Amino acid sequence: MNAMNWLVVYPQSLLLAAACTVALVDLFVTDPQRRPTYWITQLSLAGVAAMYLSSWDSGITVYGMQRMVVTDPMGNLLGFFSMVAMMITTAYAQPYIGSRELQKGEFYSLSMFVALGISVMISANNFLVVYLGLEVMSLSLYALTAMRRDHGVSTEAAMKYFVLGALASGFLLYGMSMMYGATRSLEINEVFNAIGKGGINATVLTFGVVFIVAGLAFKLGAVPFHMWVPDVYHGAPTAITLLIGGAPKLAAFAMTIRLLVEGLLGLAVDWQQMLMVLAVGSLVVGNFAAIAQTNLKRMLAYSTISQMGFMLLGLTAGVVGGNTLSAGNAYSSAMFYVVTYVLTTLGTFGLIMFLSRQGFESEEIADLAGLARRSPWLAGVMTMFMFSLAGVPPMVGFYAKLAILQALITTNVTAYIVLAVIAVMLSLIGAFYYLRIVKVMYFDKPTDSSLPVQSSGVSALLALNGAAVLVFGLLPGGLMAMCRDAVLKALAT
Amino acid sequence: MGLLSVSIWLPIAFGILLLALGRDNNPGMARGLALIGAVASFLVTIPLITGFDMTQAALQFQENLPWIARFNVRYHLGVDGISVWFVLLTAFITVIVVVAGWESVTDRVHQYMGAFLILSGLMVGVFAAADGMLFYVFFEATLIPMYIIIGVWGGPRRVYAAFKFFLYTLAGSLLMLVALIYLYSKSGGSFDIATWHKLPLAMPAQVLLFFAFFAAFSVKVPMWPVHTWLPDAHVEAPTGGSVVLAAIMLKLGAYGFLRFSMPIAPDASREYAWFIIALSLIAVVYIGLVALVQQDMKKLVAYSSIAHMGFVTLGFFIFSELGVSGGLVQMISHGFVSGAMFLAIGVLYDRVHSREISAYGGVVNTMPKFAAFALFFTMANCGLPGTGGFVGEWMVILGTVKASFWLAAIASTALILGAAYSLWMYKRVYFGEAANDHVRKLTDINAREFAVMAVLAIATLWMGVYPKPFTDVMHTSVDSLLKHVATSKLK
Repeated sequence: MNAMNWLVVYPQSLLLAAACTVALVDLFVTDPQRRPTYWITQLSLAGVAAMYLSSWDSGITVYGMQRMVVTDPMGNLLGFFSMVAMMITTAYAQPYIGSRELQKGEFYSLSMFVALGISVMISANNFLVVYLGLEVMSLSLYALTAMRRDHGVSTEAAMKYFVLGALASGFLLYGMSMMYGATRSLEINEVFNAIGKGGINATVLTFGVVFIVAGLAFKLGAVPFHMWVPDVYHGAPTAITLLIGGAPKLAAFAMTIRLLVEGLLGLAVDWQQMLMVLAVGSLVVGNFAAIAQTNLKRMLAYSTISQMGFMLLGLTAGVVGGNTLSAGNAYSSAMFYVVTYVLTTLGTFGLIMFLSRQGFESEEIADLAGLARRSPWLAGVMTMFMFSLAGVPPMVGFYAKLAILQALITTNVTAYIVLAVIAVMLSLIGAFYYLRIVKVMYFDKPTDSSLPVQSSGVSALLALNGAAVLVFGLLPGGLMAMCRDAVLKALAT
Repeated sequence: MGLLSVSIWLPIAFGILLLALGRDNNPGMARGLALIGAVASFLVTIPLITGFDMTQAALQFQENLPWIARFNVRYHLGVDGISVWFVLLTAFITVIVVVAGWESVTDRVHQYMGAFLILSGLMVGVFAAADGMLFYVFFEATLIPMYIIIGVWGGPRRVYAAFKFFLYTLAGSLLMLVALIYLYSKSGGSFDIATWHKLPLAMPAQVLLFFAFFAAFSVKVPMWPVHTWLPDAHVEAPTGGSVVLAAIMLKLGAYGFLRFSMPIAPDASREYAWFIIALSLIAVVYIGLVALVQQDMKKLVAYSSIAHMGFVTLGFFIFSELGVSGGLVQMISHGFVSGAMFLAIGVLYDRVHSREISAYGGVVNTMPKFAAFALFFTMANCGLPGTGGFVGEWMVILGTVKASFWLAAIASTALILGAAYSLWMYKRVYFGEAANDHVRKLTDINAREFAVMAVLAIATLWMGVYPKPFTDVMHTSVDSLLKHVATSKLK
């Protein structure tokens, strides 16, 4: 019970050591391209990813550090995907930051701290550990957003991110303290048991849930807590946007599951209603606002809001009529959604970075004009990402939406079926702006004839990313089954 | 790998090969490869009809493999008498499209040809799918190549038309997606269409399902009043795109009615048949009148397509063997005739670069061979006996008379209207003195165009004179479908 069980925190320990190593080694690196720093970062991320993967389907749940942290299949799988996402992010980012005088050791060491934060959040079994991981991740991201010091928009974005993020953390912490007051414990399982036993002041609990959900909604960027998303996505250098929009989404999902499902499942009736409102709001605002955008990154920010809304729908269908039979189905659908969403997002922003070059950001939608003529395969890959985000088969995004809709409809409750109809109608509106990107690339005349700077490594990675979107679309079964196993095993304990 | 898999994936493989190998500066290679791909894809579908067992109503050439285990989605293919002809028609029309685009497409040839081959494979997939989700995936995936085809190689308002096409169709299909998942849930976790056919459903559920499917298929057919995307898409699409749209894509919707709406919700189908029949008659009469006043040849043929498809849905929802078979025959013959009509317009457009009727006049003087073909297809379009156009319409009207004389009387006006708009257009474009210098400078069709026209003419004539092979193949399946629909699913 009280065993330290160091094995559980091996990934986090390795990440911490690597983060420090990267920071130290970089002091002695003279290469302007920071190649040694880059490779150490990649290697340590790969090491951690391998560590997660090797233990993912051992299928057992182990607690460690006096039950502060936990390792279970869901955590391992999400940890693996997060680390891979971080590796891909760093690989896409390296040439981009290199041409923008952002090529500093800080980028790599802060990225490592982001990875550490993510890893801690994913394995947390205690409210405070969740919070700790969240802050390690967020503070590093705030600093990264502000890395372009002489850039007004960036600085503004960083300020906004920091202030709103701190507010959200405050909400979360306040909610957690309520829970602590009501249940006398910070440990997630203990809280679950205490709520299950009953006899707790319902007002305090509901109050606490409201604050926790609000805090989570901030981190996920769900309406009405979405204000920061467009500004930060737009203002941050694209490499950092990807860092914010990629792996941390997996962490936010893990945090949501740990807090709401593993801790507060007894209050599901309350938080499911809140999530429904958040989800529908996000779908409406995200999809409608995205139509009006001319900046690609802003458009993708609104698209993220709507995608997160869709994912949240999956979380609302876990407890129906007081029983949790559909929980595994619902939460694994949401997990599949997040994983595929991150896969697509990585590619989209990677492509934006690939197209930009020295002194040119390529972040307006119009900058993509005629891409199909300039570089057919890049346009083809981008088309796949867009159709995937729009949820058109045979791209993987369709199966993600299918999984969520299936989770809603199989509940056989009219309200959920209505919710599914609303969701598909709003995603029809979403299809419009994704189609517009395809239109700009294929139907419009190119405004400049320049080709992207060739970098064979990144272009190969992009092609691989695009292929993954299609291949997981043609054969989504394996990934779906993995998510399902992971969630079922996590729920079993 | 079974025959159906080959029919689906061979054209797709050729399409991908074209996209990968094609270069802008080597269109000849792209054309050759596309022709090989299209012809090979057509040839592999022929054993489907020669080896077809006409005495069986069940699906044939079945392939059944697990695909997405998590949702019990299966890669389940099979064709019956209703769908088998459309597999062939699709592959056949693709050959025509490739040949027809030989010279007229000069921009990004390999992408053009690749898109059509991929589209062809996907459409075969729609007709061959025996699993609801597989059907949906193919049904939706066809939107992507068509969107690109209209948008890249289309006319001046192509962007508007491409968006309208995509969003209209998607709007309908998304409701169908909800319906499919609902059926999955109701049937205890199966996407198998045959299982759904047997699934007992209460009336309210049937009504909702019926209208969800109606949303998807009525847009695709298209039925009045959700037809407005079609004239835009047809006018702006390149010739090949119009041909595929009219000849095959519209049929996906009508086919859906037979495969999903009627057998899955038979009680609701019978209950709301009046609704479909009313919309069909509006399409036949009102859209026929609309076609009469068009100035643009492509638009005219587009409206005439809608009117003809009205006949198809009318035939389906009178629930008689004659009506359903007639509708199916009409679908196939319309595939040949409307395809040929659009090709004819393409021939003129390639030379004069105008689709306005008023830009022509007296074409017969300079293009006699072409005018003869055009006359033949115009006649087929208004349902002249001896052409494929007649058989289907006649069967549907005959079936309708048995149901109600007045319905048949209204439907028959289509023949008059059809003759009116088709022949009037023909008169204005082809007869009289050569209207202007453009027409005077026209050159008659070359051997390639002649071959395409001739093949389509033979097919149309064959259907008109000897439709028995078509109806024989359908007979058993249609019979069993009607028996199924006549049985109530209510307990």
